[in-house]
Amino acid sequence: MTAIGLHNNRRGTFVSRVFTGATWGQVSVALLILAFLLAFLVWPVATVVWVAFTEKGSGVFTLANFVDFFRTDLFIRSFWNSLYVSGMAVVGASMLAMPLAYFTSRFTFRGAGLIQILGFLPLIMPPFVGAVALQLFFGRNGTVNLLLDDWFSFKLGFMEGLNGVIFVQSIHYFPFILINLSAALRNVDRSMEEAAQNLGSYGFRLFRRIVFPLALPGYVAGASLVFVKVFDDLATPLLLNVKDMLAPQAYLRVTSIGITDPMGYVISVVLIVASVVSMWVSSLATRNIDYATTQRGGGGIAKRKLRPLEMALAYALLTFIILLVLAPHVGLLLLSFATIWSFSPLPDGYTVAHYARVFGESSIYIKNTLLYASLAGVIDIVIGTAISYLVLRTKLVGVRGLDLLASAALAIPGVVLGIGYLRAFYGIPLWDGTPLASLWIVIVLALAIRRLPYALRACYAALQQISASLEEAAENLGATKASTVRRIVVPLMTGGLVAGFITSFATAAVELSATLMLVQANQDAPLAYGLYVFMQSAAGRGPGAALGVIAVVIVALSTVASQYVIERDRRAKGGSNSND
Amino acid sequence: MVKRVQLAKILATALVLGWPAASIAQPASGKISVVTSYAKDLTDPIKKAFEAANPGVTLDVQNRNTHAGVKFLEETKSNNQVDLFWASAPDAFEALKAKSLLQKYKPKATGIPEKIGQFPINNPDGYYFGFAASGYGIMWNERYVKANKLPDPKEWQDLAAPIYYDHVAMAAPSRSGTTHLTIETILQGEGWNKGWATLREVSGNFREVTERSFGVPDAVNSGQVGYGIVIDFFAFSSQATGFPVKFVYPSVTAIVPANIGIVANAPNKAGAEAFIEFLLSPAGQVLLFDPGIRRLPVNPSVYDKAPAGYVNPFKDPRLNSMVKFDVKKSEGRGEVVDALYDQTVTFQLADLKQTKKAIDAAAAAVAKKPNPKAEAALKEARSLMEAMPITEEQASSPEIVGAFAGGKKKQKGARQAELEQQWASFAKDHNAQARAKADEALKLAK
Repeated sequence: MTAIGLHNNRRGTFVSRVFTGATWGQVSVALLILAFLLAFLVWPVATVVWVAFTEKGSGVFTLANFVDFFRTDLFIRSFWNSLYVSGMAVVGASMLAMPLAYFTSRFTFRGAGLIQILGFLPLIMPPFVGAVALQLFFGRNGTVNLLLDDWFSFKLGFMEGLNGVIFVQSIHYFPFILINLSAALRNVDRSMEEAAQNLGSYGFRLFRRIVFPLALPGYVAGASLVFVKVFDDLATPLLLNVKDMLAPQAYLRVTSIGITDPMGYVISVVLIVASVVSMWVSSLATRNIDYATTQRGGGGIAKRKLRPLEMALAYALLTFIILLVLAPHVGLLLLSFATIWSFSPLPDGYTVAHYARVFGESSIYIKNTLLYASLAGVIDIVIGTAISYLVLRTKLVGVRGLDLLASAALAIPGVVLGIGYLRAFYGIPLWDGTPLASLWIVIVLALAIRRLPYALRACYAALQQISASLEEAAENLGATKASTVRRIVVPLMTGGLVAGFITSFATAAVELSATLMLVQANQDAPLAYGLYVFMQSAAGRGPGAALGVIAVVIVALSTVASQYVIERDRRAKGGSNSND
Repeated sequence: MVKRVQLAKILATALVLGWPAASIAQPASGKISVVTSYAKDLTDPIKKAFEAANPGVTLDVQNRNTHAGVKFLEETKSNNQVDLFWASAPDAFEALKAKSLLQKYKPKATGIPEKIGQFPINNPDGYYFGFAASGYGIMWNERYVKANKLPDPKEWQDLAAPIYYDHVAMAAPSRSGTTHLTIETILQGEGWNKGWATLREVSGNFREVTERSFGVPDAVNSGQVGYGIVIDFFAFSSQATGFPVKFVYPSVTAIVPANIGIVANAPNKAGAEAFIEFLLSPAGQVLLFDPGIRRLPVNPSVYDKAPAGYVNPFKDPRLNSMVKFDVKKSEGRGEVVDALYDQTVTFQLADLKQTKKAIDAAAAAVAKKPNPKAEAALKEARSLMEAMPITEEQASSPEIVGAFAGGKKKQKGARQAELEQQWASFAKDHNAQARAKADEALKLAK
């Protein structure tokens, strides 16, 4: 039997095509993943989406609700607004991420590591507090505008309407592009660069025509994630009181008009369809191009030193970006120490009383958050790697469908998933009568399912950059498929795996929409929920901000620690076989 | 790798199924589960005092906004684990009662009168009970008002004045039970047409319509907005925290009780009853004076222990001459009123604001140079802006209410989404016409 054909174009009968090029192991993995996704993604969502196709009250099948959707000005307007905001947020996020990625991977840069770490922080911002903190700085009567009004008698509308949403979302989500692009740049082989230099290319032109296209999978992965995430996000528009976008409309209808209203579910269906379409379009962009490089030189592109003037400009630009990106965290920190902050550039006074109040009460929240987020991250990269491997390395029929199905989880609003889980699982009692949905494991599954697409894209991009011929070489030397994957593929994918785990972990730790529907007892509640409860009263702003700071610190420490461990491991394993 | 993945999956499945064994060590009795819309500032002191008075008992408080709480009880009724529902809006309790999600109880506490203001304290059928009362009013940020040189308001209509343009905020009635009651109070107090006219004029001055109750005092506290239409305890607790805010009760307002009820099939009925007795006892009522809470107790005798200057709804004449509030009427048309407001104001705020601005500009010009034709055009513009797509009778009619309620039988008449689109385009068209008339008036007055 020949080595399993990875570039195999054999035709044949359906059965032979299904089973050629696939071992039983691969088929059973695919079926297991399918079962998992069906049980925890498709079925809960189906119970909710079914309402969109039924007539209110009587349950009869009808398409009238969709007709209503397209005839309602408000919904059409919301749809275009969502598209506009998502697109502009991608532009804004790229403007923030690309200089950072370019400078830190291209030049020897003091503080490059620090910048990369700081680049993760926006992800770790609980949705509520990020917008609150930014309002304090950039709102109509925030720090910047009060000072501008005092000195120059004018104000800037940073946070007015849709612009405010674009501003906040660009800052909040640019790490997706930064992480994925940096990982991809780090994996680009030096020999490609040297070959281009031998042919006379250099500088920015070299970057633009050789290095960046090779890193394109990373950029596209990040950009499509930003687009879909912004399209689907509801915390930010709601907090900024922008209601004419699709996600807030769905949320508002589902949670206020009630369970019998089909329009909220129709909007959810539209959200899902739009997101899936945009993910498909982005996959088209990178599909037929081979990004793998054969030699694993390791170490990424060569780093150069900057001339003094360039250095000064680079530092200035990067400092500006970093300050902007850290504004919500600084605002949060100030709020957590503030006595009263009302219509003034800075708080009236400072105190540590909020932290004292919070420390006593929050150890259970911290424990729950770490547990849930880690479990969700692990589940995600395991499944993400499995799906990427099946898609890129086998010819199993329907495997692309599995990919799309997993990615569709992105398009499900958290509140829809939460309600779906309640509906689907509450009726199932366990052996002692407590309902299945009241177990905390259901929260973990909801978190894992919603984060799966991020991990999947990261694993996919990482695997795309590994040439199949490396695996063929291993098999020629006698390794089995399993040990090839274990000893060759996974170690080479480490960068992508880390990126996937970090995005899953960090965003799961601060998620609120599904959590709010599913938390049923205080002892199961994570930090984001505790924070939400605090922020519902005047005296709770300070303690709520303190809890937010604690959340950010914990998640930041965990991600830094995990990155350090992986980097050290990677350098020990692979750094030595460079090609010189 | 594949084998490892399979093994990991098997282990994970085993863990998932085996884990519950560890967490099933639930406390037998002594745990009382409450779903509430109240913030920690209220629930914490009460929880502490209750647990101190009843050793061995734990109160597990789950915080959800009123709508989400009602939905949660509906979704989980097949295997209910919640003992008490504790929230402000009587509408929510009526909705739960209608769905048979509450159970009857007769409290043993004494000293609690039948009514507060014009409002019955307890549900006559015994399904839910008032434990505190609150009124509605206007709060504002002193620094903001000083910096922008604005006057203090006294009545709802004051907020419609041109000087308050873009300085006011309110929560959407569909998202805030208490705001919904405020709107109903205005509608019942001033009549349907005049009430909506006031609402539209005031809403034209809004900077934002928030999607949660607390969004308004939050915005006023931080100075993002100048004035907020809020329930009184938001303002009092902000003041107690130290924020520079002031508050006033307008003369057309209602004092409404905040309620608690026992959920049907409660796992710990005895515990739930004990908690209600505690809340209604003098020991529990006195807790309501706490600076973080600042509600009005329903037991008149505890007001002897009130802090200085604390308003007493049983003695204060202002709070007693208020509108007779018809709960049944309010609850019957609740969803319709919410949708009307949302479609004509919340989701068209920019449009409405433009219209108000045009009318105010025309009014200022006409005031300077009086002109009967211009005044007529201005009057027409105003009535166009204030027009509503349906009358009061239609709002309570079975066809329209049925479209929103989703009854079992196939409804005749328009669907909810169709109605909403009708009302939205009605408002849009009338706003555009109003703007045209206002511009006409402006030209005539020049």
